[in-house]
This record gives sequence, structure tokens and C-alpha cells, in this order.
Amino acid sequence: MSVLSEINPDVRRIKISEHDILDERAEQIRTEIRQGLVKRYKDVIDVSSGNPHGMGLKPLTFVRQVLATCFYPPLVHDESLPLDVRQRAQSLLAECDGESIGSYPATYGMKHVRSSVSTFITRRDGVVSDPDNIIISNGSQHALILILKLLVQGRGLQQTGVLTPVPCYRSFNKGLVAQGAVSVPYYLCEEQGWTVQVEELRRALQAARGHCNPMVLYLINPGNPSGHVQSKASIEEVIRFAAEERLFIMADEVYQGCVFGKDSEFYSYKKVLSEMGPPYSTNVELASFHSVSKGFMGECGLRCGYVEMVNLDPQVMRYAYQAFSFNALASVPGQITLDVMLNPPQPGDPSYAVYAQEVKSVMSAIKNNAQRIMDVVSGLPGMTCQPINGGIFMFLRLHLSKAAIEHAEEKDLEPDLLYSMRLLEDTGLCVAPGCELRQKQGTHHIRICLATPEEIMEDVLHRLKSFHLRFIKEFP
Amino acid sequence: MQEAAAFSRLSNSFLHVLNPSFSKLLKSKNSTIRMTENGFLHHGKVLTLDSMNPNVKRVEYAVRGPIVQRAVQIEKELREGVKKPFTEVIKANIGDCHAMGQKPITFFRQVLALCSYPELLEDNKFPEDVKNRARRILQACAGGSIGSYSASQGIELIRNDVARYIERRDGGIPCSPDNIYLSAGASDGIMTMLKLLVSGEGSSRTGVMISIPQYPLYSAGLAELAAVQINYYLDEAKCWSLDVKELRRALEAARKHCRPRVLCIINPGNPTGQVQSRQCIEDVIKFAAEENLFLMADEVYQDNVYAEGCQFHSFKKVLFEMGPEYSEKVELVSFHSTSKCYMGECGFRGGYMEVVNLDPEVKVQLTKLVSVRLCPPVTGQALLDLVVNPPQPDEPSYATFIKERSHTLAMLAEKAKMTQDILNQVPGISCNPVQGAMYSFPSIQLPPKAIAEAKEKGQAPDMFYCMKLLEEKGICLVPGSGFGQRDGTFHFRMTILPPTEKLKIVLAKIKEFHQSFSEQYS
Repeated sequence: MSVLSEINPDVRRIKISEHDILDERAEQIRTEIRQGLVKRYKDVIDVSSGNPHGMGLKPLTFVRQVLATCFYPPLVHDESLPLDVRQRAQSLLAECDGESIGSYPATYGMKHVRSSVSTFITRRDGVVSDPDNIIISNGSQHALILILKLLVQGRGLQQTGVLTPVPCYRSFNKGLVAQGAVSVPYYLCEEQGWTVQVEELRRALQAARGHCNPMVLYLINPGNPSGHVQSKASIEEVIRFAAEERLFIMADEVYQGCVFGKDSEFYSYKKVLSEMGPPYSTNVELASFHSVSKGFMGECGLRCGYVEMVNLDPQVMRYAYQAFSFNALASVPGQITLDVMLNPPQPGDPSYAVYAQEVKSVMSAIKNNAQRIMDVVSGLPGMTCQPINGGIFMFLRLHLSKAAIEHAEEKDLEPDLLYSMRLLEDTGLCVAPGCELRQKQGTHHIRICLATPEEIMEDVLHRLKSFHLRFIKEFP
Repeated sequence: MQEAAAFSRLSNSFLHVLNPSFSKLLKSKNSTIRMTENGFLHHGKVLTLDSMNPNVKRVEYAVRGPIVQRAVQIEKELREGVKKPFTEVIKANIGDCHAMGQKPITFFRQVLALCSYPELLEDNKFPEDVKNRARRILQACAGGSIGSYSASQGIELIRNDVARYIERRDGGIPCSPDNIYLSAGASDGIMTMLKLLVSGEGSSRTGVMISIPQYPLYSAGLAELAAVQINYYLDEAKCWSLDVKELRRALEAARKHCRPRVLCIINPGNPTGQVQSRQCIEDVIKFAAEENLFLMADEVYQDNVYAEGCQFHSFKKVLFEMGPEYSEKVELVSFHSTSKCYMGECGFRGGYMEVVNLDPEVKVQLTKLVSVRLCPPVTGQALLDLVVNPPQPDEPSYATFIKERSHTLAMLAEKAKMTQDILNQVPGISCNPVQGAMYSFPSIQLPPKAIAEAKEKGQAPDMFYCMKLLEEKGICLVPGSGFGQRDGTFHFRMTILPPTEKLKIVLAKIKEFHQSFSEQYS
């Protein structure tokens, strides 16, 4: 029988996250509620991960109507569906072999969808994007892992190091470990709203050089969990740094559709890179990622994303294509969703009014939720929060007393994990503990997802506030 | 950026002219060289052939490889009006049923449409059983939406349904939903298990036994993971059956340079189409037990059995019927998918694997590993639920469902027979019975002159043959070298999927081509 020692060491190194413990307990509590064993609250509210539909937001009607018609093509003739829905479904079906979404999609993504992606990017950046540099994948996590497959190798001093922000959502770090890379943390500056500081990148890089081969710089913009949207100047600084230090940039831009801060604007790494001109624009290697899971789409379950590769060595690309040919397949429903996201109804189209209204309503819920959290937190002792400009999370800082920290140490738990576990037990509210996302030593946080209807956020804040006040009273 | 890209292309082509050692220096990881081509500064890339993961360079995947790329190019040329000896390319290279005209199952598509756009639940066009299934699936999704992340092991309700399906299929042998992992197609599950099981260095590196010929996902995956591939040959003379003596030979030879741990079987076979006998499956299980091998049983074609006297026996069923000496000991993972059989829904990426007798600590590792990719596509999970839980005799959609399923399977059986019969009429082509799956894998005799010309071109002889077939007749097949074959033998894999009339044309053209090819190189 296989034993643990025979299992892939990279797999063994993946940490079971604290989140899984909370998830399991949350599930148990839901069962207990159904069995009438829990009285203090009527349900579990889970705002710990970015799962908008799971948290009550609705999918966009146009997307779902197009998908339904593609699944069941007789609907193409159903006049109760808007004309643009039926036309879009028809043109997508025409792209599929045998006019069925059940046939295998083309190797690197449906041609039509890759073309939609490149048109979207070209329009967004004012820079021509080549569909051949775009691979459609089974979600952005999968795309990140595909690129890591190209980059990561070696052991010991030769092991590929990837500079990773702290804090950072857990899945990327898991993916890094599973691929056999070394995670090299660089700390975002909380006091300045979680900005990326080049000096800190430099420090992290120097420290890494002693024990691995740092080759890659991974950034998330807009940030998760930080909600920080990088300024153009900051992006330029980072690009210059990557060029000087010869780092491959992986720019995770899945929240680009979700920027709402005043005076904030999303700049794609590709756009800034191109505007910097040669030698940067022709030499700095960049992979940019996007997905249907986040922002106003929230279609996490449909699993689709893409990576655009910029300035990669053509000989490397040859092998990349081969490596991606057997393992990149994104489902056709996912690709249809991506197509709609990047090529939505336009003013004048029959579905436009509803589409625009639905997007506006999701975006305003996220923005209003952020404001509500800031309002509530500002009135709470022992809790602070940096203002955010984008993304769908807020990373609240807990200023815990010595007593609370000691109590956690006694229980051999990270203080914010203890806080989150107690919060779940006492109020049914599930958040993500900061220790799972990593943070500066001695600081504690919780992460809350904003992509939920405003009424639910009110309930969230009510539970959080009442718990927090009790907690700080218990541990003064 | 375009102009600068042009400079970059120019400087790359300039490299070929330079002194080879200079260009090597240029490519080396830590050098920064100034090249004065119009004062243009050229840094070495971070990601180069030297610095990239060497395992990636070893990956090949014939099914979507060069011959397919050429076929796509030719299709483009035809659309642009280029004159060719044919008016269309017939792609008989990939097991893509719908691409070749097979119709989806109405019930499945109706339920999925309602899951996607629940407003249709109010629409009277859809039968009650369709609506009930959609409601049931949506209730199992967070927020009632297929757009929510599911648990990474898959939606619990669906894993329960899969377990019940397996129990029914296997005559009541218990199946725990906890041992079911939903996946994005069987390929996802296969790659996950391979990744889990590969460890060690040098002569203790994990060795994985795979049949020759094999479905090249396995060889590609093993190359990417830098595992050791251990080939065992199926016996062409005996209808591609598996012989334990051959397994033993391969294992013993492999022990010298690796640590053999895993034995992969594809049943029904791809590309060979053989359906292993029950005796054979028992022998393989005994062998795995003796040699402490982890069995990976790829059973995605389990409904595709055509030949008289052949029957699908699941590895799990046989294992348990062999009694506790085996059923409590042998580690097994079985794979299934929504891509094949009568469903043909390749685009959905639905599938599952069932693990049996895993060490609990190892199972924890597996559960961790699948969580890295978050969850399989929910649309694929929903489809799988319908496949394992189809309409029942008392339900409104039953009659249509049975009609559609029977028709599809009957057509496949008919085409399997037709294919083997016609190919066997061609002198120089010899086709084993297509007992199951979706392919024929005939052996072809190639004249020595053809083989020599192929070698001159640096091409495998059967690739040379298939490329010519493509260029002259517009038929796209995959050469046997893409799947593996005994040295000195040549094959091609052809799907039996094109509609009957088209299939007849394909077979006629192959016959013509083989005759003219043999004459040309006599």
C-alpha cells in the first residue's frame, strides 16, 4: 500500500489552510441549525471567500440566457428571449464543431473567444494584442499554474523563487508549493493603503538570493485582500525594478473590472509597459491574467480565465504551446461566459438596459458595502481598516490586547484564527483569518468579501460589531 | 510596441548569423550583452530554453500535434479558395463525437439550460422531470447558482449520486461518496493522481507502467512530471490483449532504473479498442497485488462495447468479487468522464474518479491537491449528475432518452464493424476487431523506399504516410508513432465517428491512397 513517504513531496508541502478548518465547522453548524440545535442565530453567513453568487448576488441575465440557448439550441427560435441573446448564441454555436458546445474546443481556446480577448485587450490598452499570445484556461488559477510550469524548476539554490505579496489570498501560495517553487514574501505597506514599495521588493530579492533562484515577480492588481489599486507611477517603478533585476512579471489582474475608488483608475501592466517604450516594452517578460470569477460576473463555478504572454522568447513559446496542448482545456460553457464578459451588450442592443442596470447594481453594492464597513469600523475600538479603491475584499486590522494574544498562544492558535473561530461559533459569521493570507509578524487581520447584497452586509456588520465588542470586553 | 517587436525579431534572426558561441553567450541566463544594431540594447530573457523547466521540453501530444495543425492550415487554404484534390478535410483524428455529427441527449441539454437560466423553470415547453432535476441540482449549489464555487472534491449531492450509480453498475458492491472526486474530465483526474504518486530521485524515481499503444495524455503527463514511463506491450496478434507475462517482463526490466509503483490500464482501450476479458482483469489485479502496484483504471469508454462476446467489467467489481485478500489490499483508482460513451460531451469537462483502499494519510494529500485548482467546472458536475442519474421508465423524458442513447450506441457499433471490415479488405492494411471505444488502430505495411524517404525527412514513417494522406486526400488521422507501437511496425488511429456516409468515403479514400502509396514506393 502506498505510504505517505512515497507521495510527491511538493504535494505534501501544501499546507492545509486554516480556512478549511473554519469551512468544516461552518458546514457542521449549518447541519446543527437544520436540526434545531443552534438558537443564537438562524444561519451561517460566509463572507470568507470571493464567491459572489454563493453570497446572494445574482448572475447577469444576458450571460445566462446565452448559455441556456447554447446548451439547448432550440431556444434560438424562442422569441421570448431577446434577439441579441439568440444572435450571440447562434454565432458562438457556429464556432463549435458540429455546432455543439459538447465538442472539444480548439486547443488554446475557441478561436472566436481568443479573438474577443485580444480585441478587449487592444481596446483597453490601445496596444495591439495578438490572439496567438493568449491561452484560455480553466480559471485564472489554472493559467497561473501553466505559467509556473514553464518557469519553475530546480532544488536548493537553483530552486525557482517567486516574489509573492504579503498579504495574499491562499490559493496562489498553494499553487506555488504544489509546483515546487519557493515563495519569497514581500510586504505591502499597510500604513499607506497596502502599496507596493520597490525598496521592500529589493530587500526581499536580496534575502532570497542566498537560498533560491528568484526569477519571478507576482503581483495582484487590484489587490486581494488589499483592495489597493496601483497608480501608474507605481507600476512603472515595479517594471523598472523587474527589468533591472531580470524578473519575469506575473500580473494577476482578475479584479480589473472592479475599481471604484475616487480618482482611481485601473492601468494594466501591459499598457504601462508599452507606454514606457523600449527597452522595457520590448524586453520585460510579462504574463497577465484575467478571469470570469470575480468582479461583477462572479461566475466562479464556470471556471474560465486567460493568460496573455508578452515578450516571451519565441523558442520558449514553441514548448509552451506543446505543454499547454494537452492540459489547458477550458470548458466551452466557461469560454462562452468569458466571451460575454469581454464583449458585452452595447448601447442600442435589446439586452443593454438590463445588463447595464445589473452591473451597476452589483458594483454599487460592492462600493456601498466598502463604505459601510469603513463607517462601522471607524466607530469600533480595536479595529481599523485601510480605505480601498477596488477589488472585492476588505482586510480589517484587529488590534488585539495582550490578554487576547496570550489566550490564543495557550490554545496554540494564531490570534486571528482564534478570533475567527469564536466569531463563527458565537454569531455564525465566517470570515477569513489573516494568518492564512500571511501578514507582518505581530499584526492580525480578518478578510471580508464585499460581493454580497447590502442587506446581508448589514447583517454581517451587526454580527461582527456585537461580537467584537464582547470580545474586547472579555480580553481587555 | 509593434515597431519595437520588429526590432526584436530582427535581432533574433541576427543571432543565426553570429558566431555560435557568441549566440550561446547571448542566451545564457545571467549575461547582459549590448548589441549595436541601430544602437538597440538587447538583454537576455529571464525565461529561455536554458532557464525554463526542462520537463516541459519533453512533452508531446500527438492528438493535437503537427498533423492537426497542418489540417487546420489546409482548411484555411480551402476557405481562401486554394485548389486541392478534395473539398473538405475530414478530421478522423480526435474522439470528438459531436464534431462528427453525433447529437447530444435532449434531456441533458434541457436540464442544463434550466440550471443556467432558472427563469425557464416557468416555461411549459420543458417536461416536469427536466424541471425537477434542474431544481435539485440548483438547490445543491451555493446561492442556487451554478456560478458559485463548489467544494473542491465536487458537489456532495452529485458525489452521492455517482456512488449510487457505481453501486448499481457493480451489482451492489458498496461505494462511499467520500471516495469520489469529481474532476474536469477524466484527464484532470489522471493528471492529479500521477502528480500525487510521483516522487523519488534517480533510480528511486517513480515508474509508471502504461500500455503500448497508449493514449498520449499519459506519456505527456509523465514527461511533464519527469516520472519514468515503463512500457508494456499489448499483443496485436491476440486482438491487443494484455499478457501478465509481458507485464512481468516490463516490470523486472524497469526495476533496474526506477521504482515501479503505478500500473495504468485503459479499458476499453484507446487507441486499440480492445475490451479486456474478465480473466485478464483478474490476472492484472493479482499481478498488482503481488508486486504492490497502484492500479489506475481508465474506463471512460465503459458504455462503448460493440463486439459480440465482449463485456465491460469494471476493475472495482472484479476486485471485490475476488474476495478480501485482494479487495482489502489493492489500491485502485477508476476514471470515468462525460466526454465519451453515448454522451460525447467533451466540451463540458465532466468526470470523476473513485479511489479504493487509499491509506487515509495519502487520501488527505489527494484532497489537499485537488483544492489547489479550487473546483471542477460546475456545468460539468451538473452534466455528470444527469449521466449517472438518467430518466427512469416512469418519467416523461424516458422514451426519448432511451431512443437517443440506443440509436447513438447502435450507430457506433455499426460503424465499428464497417470500419474493421473495409480496412481488412485493403492489401497491406490489417485491422483488429474494434471491440469497443471509438477508434480503429490498423497496422499498415510500408514499402522500404517509403520508410527510407521518411527517415531522410526526419519523420516517423507513419507520420510521413499520414501527412501524405492529408495532403492528397484531405483525411486527418493520427500516426501510430504518436501512441507507441512495436519497433518496425506502423499504424494509424482513425476514429469511427464520422457519419456513416462520410465514413464510407473516408474508408474508400484510405483504400485508394494505400494502394497508390504502395505503388509509388514499390
